[in-house]
Amino acid sequence: MIGPLHRWSIDPKLVLAVCALTIFGIAMIYSAGVVYVPSEVTTRAWLRQTAWFGLALVAFTGASRVPLRWIEWLAIPAYTMSMVLLAVTLVIGTGRGTAAGVKSFIDLGPVSFQPSEIAKIATILALARLLSQRNAGLTTLRDLLAPAMLVALPLALVLRQPDLGTAMAFVGILFAMLYWAATPVALLLLVASPVVGLFMSYNTTVWSWYIMGVIAFLYLYRYRLFLFESVAVVLANFATATISRPLWNSLAGYQQNRILVFLDPEVDPRGAGYHIIQSKVAVGSGGFGGQGFTLGSQKRFDFLPEQHTDFIFSVVGEELGFIGTGLAILCFAYVLARLVRMAEHATDPFAGLVLLGIFGSWLVHIFVNVGMTIGVVPITGIPLPFVSYGGTFLFMSWVAVAIAVRVAHER
Amino acid sequence: MNIHHPHERQRRALGAYLTVALFMGTLVFGFFRIQVLRSSTWELRAVSNRIRTLPIPAPRGTIYDRNGKILADNVPGYSVTILPAPVDSVRATLTRMAEHMDLSDARIEQVIRRLRQYGREVVVDSDAPFEAVSALEERRADFPGVYVEMRPRRRYLLNDAAGHLMGYVGEITAEELGSAAFPSPRYDEGMIVGKIGIERQYEAVLQGIDGLRYVEFDARGRIVGDFTGAEMNPAQSGGDIHLNIDLDLQRWVHEIFPDTLSGAIVALDPADGGVLALYSAPGYDPNLFVGGIENADWDGLNTDERKPLFDRSVLGLYAPASTWKLAAAGIALDLGVVVPDEVMPEPCTGSWFFGNRSWRCWNPEGHGYNTLAEAIGNSCDVYFYQLGLRVGLASLLERATDIGFSRRCGIDLPQESQGIFPDQLSWFQREFGYRPTEGEALNLAIGQGPNSQTPLKMAQFYVALARDGSAPAPAIAKEAPLREGWSLNLQADHMDALREGLRRVTARGGTAHFGTALEYWDVFGKTGTGQNPLSVRGLAEDHAWFAGLAGPPGELPEIVVVAVVEYGASGSAVAAPLVAKTADYYLRRKYDIPVDSVQTYLEHIRRGPVPAWYPRRFPMTTSGGR
Repeated sequence: MIGPLHRWSIDPKLVLAVCALTIFGIAMIYSAGVVYVPSEVTTRAWLRQTAWFGLALVAFTGASRVPLRWIEWLAIPAYTMSMVLLAVTLVIGTGRGTAAGVKSFIDLGPVSFQPSEIAKIATILALARLLSQRNAGLTTLRDLLAPAMLVALPLALVLRQPDLGTAMAFVGILFAMLYWAATPVALLLLVASPVVGLFMSYNTTVWSWYIMGVIAFLYLYRYRLFLFESVAVVLANFATATISRPLWNSLAGYQQNRILVFLDPEVDPRGAGYHIIQSKVAVGSGGFGGQGFTLGSQKRFDFLPEQHTDFIFSVVGEELGFIGTGLAILCFAYVLARLVRMAEHATDPFAGLVLLGIFGSWLVHIFVNVGMTIGVVPITGIPLPFVSYGGTFLFMSWVAVAIAVRVAHER
Repeated sequence: MNIHHPHERQRRALGAYLTVALFMGTLVFGFFRIQVLRSSTWELRAVSNRIRTLPIPAPRGTIYDRNGKILADNVPGYSVTILPAPVDSVRATLTRMAEHMDLSDARIEQVIRRLRQYGREVVVDSDAPFEAVSALEERRADFPGVYVEMRPRRRYLLNDAAGHLMGYVGEITAEELGSAAFPSPRYDEGMIVGKIGIERQYEAVLQGIDGLRYVEFDARGRIVGDFTGAEMNPAQSGGDIHLNIDLDLQRWVHEIFPDTLSGAIVALDPADGGVLALYSAPGYDPNLFVGGIENADWDGLNTDERKPLFDRSVLGLYAPASTWKLAAAGIALDLGVVVPDEVMPEPCTGSWFFGNRSWRCWNPEGHGYNTLAEAIGNSCDVYFYQLGLRVGLASLLERATDIGFSRRCGIDLPQESQGIFPDQLSWFQREFGYRPTEGEALNLAIGQGPNSQTPLKMAQFYVALARDGSAPAPAIAKEAPLREGWSLNLQADHMDALREGLRRVTARGGTAHFGTALEYWDVFGKTGTGQNPLSVRGLAEDHAWFAGLAGPPGELPEIVVVAVVEYGASGSAVAAPLVAKTADYYLRRKYDIPVDSVQTYLEHIRRGPVPAWYPRRFPMTTSGGR
């Protein structure tokens, strides 16, 4: 028997988990507004987020009724449109809040939205369409060229804004979907190896061991690759190692600082290391049980940076303690696992790929956003799906949920 | 192989599950480490994060004059302080603040540097004007991390009448911080310290000890409240200083000094060497420096040709000219080479031959035979040539050095010039590269030659003439440690002879009579006409000196005043009235006689008839001395 909840949500497990996260987010946004010196904007943020949640539910209800084939057919036009939007954003885009200098938003009077959010979904759909036409796995570097180009375009446009966080989400999308298209993990690792080598090259000895490892791996893997591809991987590794120093020097001071303070926040506790230290203080002082909902002192005294948006998870840590952070992470893990589960059971190749694309995007968002509050990853301006304050981001995340449940359950 | 086969999908899904477990597991472990394993460290840090200790600025000690009147005190002022925050937001805040207050780009960068260096609050403006403070307070939300607090502001009540004397305070510089004079931990960044003058000299006494209070802040530096968990340390104000300076006299000296001229007036109390007034013209207002001087004011003071920042009273070196003849006379009497009533064998005919050349007296008509007192009264060069020859160059240098003409007086000020005077025969070899002849003694005896003294030094010498031939070191503060002076071995009749010589200068018929004759007091003194590099070439007038002693008639002098007027030309016409008016003002107040701005005989007859007291005080019979 199928109840009304099931009929509306199509996949109650995923939708209820995401609902719970959204309501949890609204509660945390409310708490983030409880400070000693409140401002009009921050105290009312939770109300606006609630209104957006209502809109998102309406959008979910509509979008989850769009047939799979329509979605598949829409993929290419949507991709084309979103690329145009991204290009336009680079010209007329505006920044927001602390990131006032970037061009991420298009202002439409009462609302403004981030074209990169649309581009993520459009890219997932387009890539799913491209990859679903294959019956065999992608086994050579050459096979990876077309999908990589498809993602490289929006990625490059987003980097121009510049928005490193969203760019990372595109990388997550690409790798997750290539994986689902049966690209061997070894090949994916080889593709990623030049970037890893870039970071290894800070120390010549470390890098020497690393490159020998890569070459040994290529030798063991030699029957599955063309010779020129192996050579290309090695050359790419050498190339990134060579440019690492000039690349580092070409980074703006604040970018270098962000990487340096990621390694040790105390090198500049009043400058670039300030946010990460304050966030860790908040999370750490939350302890096991937390200071209590709305009672976080770091938050109340306004020490947390961007506590409604990028650093909302620090508020969770301070007020709800390890119990809160642990449960929230588990809930996210459940959502991610649920996406995989749905992909596992989706008979349609396009559906599975779309689900893994959404999976890749959210995994990056969750890991980077939550990780940066405790210094596991460098600080990157990237919101936490369903929890961070931000109307259009919440809306688009719910659209993604709608697409996910639709493609997964179309019979 | 079909990649879409359920088994294949299952295999890949397993990999994806493992990926989720790996990433989410990493996060859970990270939170476990921070929130459970290391929680207490971070909790402590959270408390220290929002509780800050703020200094409560201690008021500086008050500076009083000899009568207990206030020379410098504190009034409520406002300081603007900024708390550490990320550099970009601090810079943005300071840039916005610059719209409401005087804040240069260089100052902004300096504040940012200090914030990073010290990692705690930094004073942006230690003396913000009220308008700026109210503008900031109205827009508090725009200025995160900025707070305004009351802070005692230094006030100098004499303004430019005592700028050099008082000195001023200012924020401690990086060079001062850590120097021996400003030891840590007593001195710290952002403190207000004495820079010059009395403020600097007695910095250790005047500086208080800042208190501490604990305040809860939010991250934007908004004070949320006083933290009640810890006791507050109150501020301890600095110690007071009592000066020998007479506030009213100091102001009077400033008023009577001609506005267009430069120079100095030094008034000493012969009883103990206390400094009654120490004035350098033109002056400057030390209040300009409090809280940081405006650039326009600073440029104005520095580009002014009259050099108002230069303290002529203790730093200015002038050829003492004839005022120094008293030193020569004192040394001669001390050595016993002249006797007061003796006349020199050679009369003054307007010039004198010695060593194959003619030595001129200032008066070409000559002074005839002079006793010592007459020679002083006439300022007869020929008499002093012979006196110098009797003393001999070596002895003259030796005794003059004992009196300290090549040293500092040791006044309690951070700066004082050392007099220029040959301390021994080899001095000439060293400075000029020749062996001196006895002829040098002739020049030196009349105050010429390599001899430059500060007004203060000459005043100190004249203190000896007002006493018994000994002079204590001049002291501005009553608290000043006693410093040994020097003394000449002179008999009472020697002192009488020297003072008689000084009396003749100002007696009826003396060169400085009209500008120094007073109703109630005797003024004795000596004029001087000091050559300077410009006057030697005929480009300007000589510097005018007058060194005087004054007191009730028939008693020992009670005040010594020395005035130097740069390019004043005439000691008797320009410098002497300043000395007489200074002494008159001081003595009238001391003896409760109403003060009048018309004081000297010259001023009286310029305004009206001959004053009634004049014939009584200066009968015809006494004119021209004995």
